Amino acid sequence: MKRYLARRMAVMPFLLFGIASIVFLVSRMTPGDPLVTIVGERNLNNPEIVAAAKAQWGLDQSMPQQYASFMKNLVKGNLGTSFSTRQPVMHDLWERLPATLELTIYALLGGVTVGIVLGVLAARHRNKFIDHVSRFFALIGSSLPAFWAGLLLLYVFYARLGWLPGPGRIDPRGLAPNKVTGFYTVDSLLQGDFGLFKDSVMHLILPATVLGWGVVGIVSRLVRASLLDEFSMDYVRVARAMGLRERTVVNTHALRNALLPTITIVAFTFAFLLTGAVLTETVFSWPGVGSYAVNASRTLDYPAIIGVTLLGGTAFLLTNLISDIAYAFADPRIRLS
Amino acid sequence: MTATGEPILRLRDLRVTFQTPAGPARAVRGVDLDVRAGESVAVVGESGSGKSVSMLATLGLLHNAEVSGSVKWGDTELVGASTDTLRSVRGRRIAMVFQDPMTSLNPVLTIGKQMSLVMKAHQPNLGKKELRTKAVDLLNRLAIPQADRRIDAYPHELSGGMRQRVMIAMAISNDPEVLIADEPTTALDVTVQAQIMELLLKLRNEHNLALVLITHDLGVVAGSADRVAVMYAGRIVERAPVLGLFASPGHPYTSALLDCLPRLDRRHDVVSSIGGTPPNPADLPEGCPFAPRCPKAIDACRSDEPNLVRIGTSDVACSVVAAGAAVGEPV
Ligand SMILES: Nc1ncnc2c1ncn2[C@@H]1O[C@H](COP(=O)(O)OP(=O)(O)O)[C@@H](O)[C@H]1O
Ligand code: SF4
Ligand SMILES: [Mg+2]
Repeated sequence: MKRYLARRMAVMPFLLFGIASIVFLVSRMTPGDPLVTIVGERNLNNPEIVAAAKAQWGLDQSMPQQYASFMKNLVKGNLGTSFSTRQPVMHDLWERLPATLELTIYALLGGVTVGIVLGVLAARHRNKFIDHVSRFFALIGSSLPAFWAGLLLLYVFYARLGWLPGPGRIDPRGLAPNKVTGFYTVDSLLQGDFGLFKDSVMHLILPATVLGWGVVGIVSRLVRASLLDEFSMDYVRVARAMGLRERTVVNTHALRNALLPTITIVAFTFAFLLTGAVLTETVFSWPGVGSYAVNASRTLDYPAIIGVTLLGGTAFLLTNLISDIAYAFADPRIRLS
Repeated sequence: MTATGEPILRLRDLRVTFQTPAGPARAVRGVDLDVRAGESVAVVGESGSGKSVSMLATLGLLHNAEVSGSVKWGDTELVGASTDTLRSVRGRRIAMVFQDPMTSLNPVLTIGKQMSLVMKAHQPNLGKKELRTKAVDLLNRLAIPQADRRIDAYPHELSGGMRQRVMIAMAISNDPEVLIADEPTTALDVTVQAQIMELLLKLRNEHNLALVLITHDLGVVAGSADRVAVMYAGRIVERAPVLGLFASPGHPYTSALLDCLPRLDRRHDVVSSIGGTPPNPADLPEGCPFAPRCPKAIDACRSDEPNLVRIGTSDVACSVVAAGAAVGEPV
């Protein structure tokens, strides 16, 4: 097991290089001209400015040359400078990552928890009312477009009812907490500002719901299916034959086994969340990597696009690895081998 | 050993029907069985004859099945009983050991944890420490070496024989009065089979258990049962004391099963098997269900299904044998 994991980690850098190369190629093959962003519409007809800009950003070099210098910088941890923010992409990402992580983690935790509870209820009351309700709830979550759901929730809970705040991470008149972790819910507590903590939690509710709802759908369906599989296993019948309560049979015996496949699916869910975050962040003006990505692709900001993609790839590979480790840890047959 | 006294478990006209795509499958069709404290009763029959289903129905463990008739533990009726009643009997009064110790234990919980859950189900006041002590005790009693270490092991770390010992330890952990062992040795190595059987008999003697031993192998029965019930197509076709059954089998099906046993006075390669297969419970033939395979069958067998009739010390459900007995033929 340990050797397997070590091998997985050793392969990761190569995979990332592979991803980087592909993204590099794809971004250069996309029709459109990044010069619009760099020099602005008006200057496009001025050959001198265009030539100077090309030289400055290395766009006058041949493709292989561009690729070589891109790779050289990448090894040094340098992702280049964004065409539009004129900041190092690394810096931009670092700045925006905590906002996305905070949103994603709450969405994931909430979604997985609700998903497990719904899945268990659905399996225990299979084909009864609660099963249908949970199926309907899951279906909505995975079929409503995040954009639309976000706007709808904002309209109802912010504009009409006024129960929850509007877009953004905190009240726009307030001050962000001093950066320690970059998570507003954590940093506000660290500086003892409970008002700010409450404000940031309230701001998280809607976007985390939009983002996490799809996770509820995936997880609850999976938990239901794998619990039903477990119910037909011998050990479940043995547990019942020994007089265990149905609650113990489900929660202590069957659920442990049923959650094993769920661990693996969380890695997939994460990819789902990353794409979902792009839309959700746009709707809720969330200053995270998602809205940065939208901006970057609209302006053909090559370095930013590549940076975001690499970040996503890294995150995906890492979650996969973590889920493998968690799986191995949760299953004694693998842990002890 | 012959036990006397009131039966502790009493099955009367137990019937189980499954709804299947091929129509209703009558897996158990009127089983009567008494079991007394301290005795072992073997239920024998080919695979598919309804042995397991009768026992699962006894404990109310079947879903999507129609169960009728009566199962009494003492004065308590179990057919149609409430979940609470059933749960207070399961594992506490009547415990069950299953065929495959590989799949009967939860792969992700330690042996000790699983034993604790079973004890806690009926003895909720036991604390963590007591549970552990008791579990180690039980494992020791079942001759599991290094019990205090094995208790923290996961099922996959134990051999098949050890796992079955753990299962038995779990089954007796709440001091039940009846132990149903459904093919407890079928999945095990031959050498281990004898040890497990010996263990079950020892426990029966020590705890005055009523032991119901389910097997498809008459060979297992000889050394371990007091009485035998032979099942075919969901019914008991012969009920007899073990010695009588081996000395003079009444039912043609019992004779056929005995002929399949390897014996010292026969060469191994002439061991016969019964031709044909048991009928499908969703499509039972008219008359005696054994008729298509029976060497003694006559035309009348195909129209009327015989009931159990007392012949000597046995009950036999065969009209031809019953008629012969009535005119004085030896059975
Ligand atoms: N859940 C079920 N649904 C339909 N038929 C079943 C079910 N369980 C058992 N049966 C049928 O009932 C019959 C008796 O099975 P069983 O009691 O397991 O036989 P055995 O004597 O080998 O233990 C078999 O024909 C089997 O196919
Ligand atoms: S009744 Fe007829 S068919 Fe059935 S066992 Fe007896 S002889 Fe054979
Ligand atoms: Mg069986």
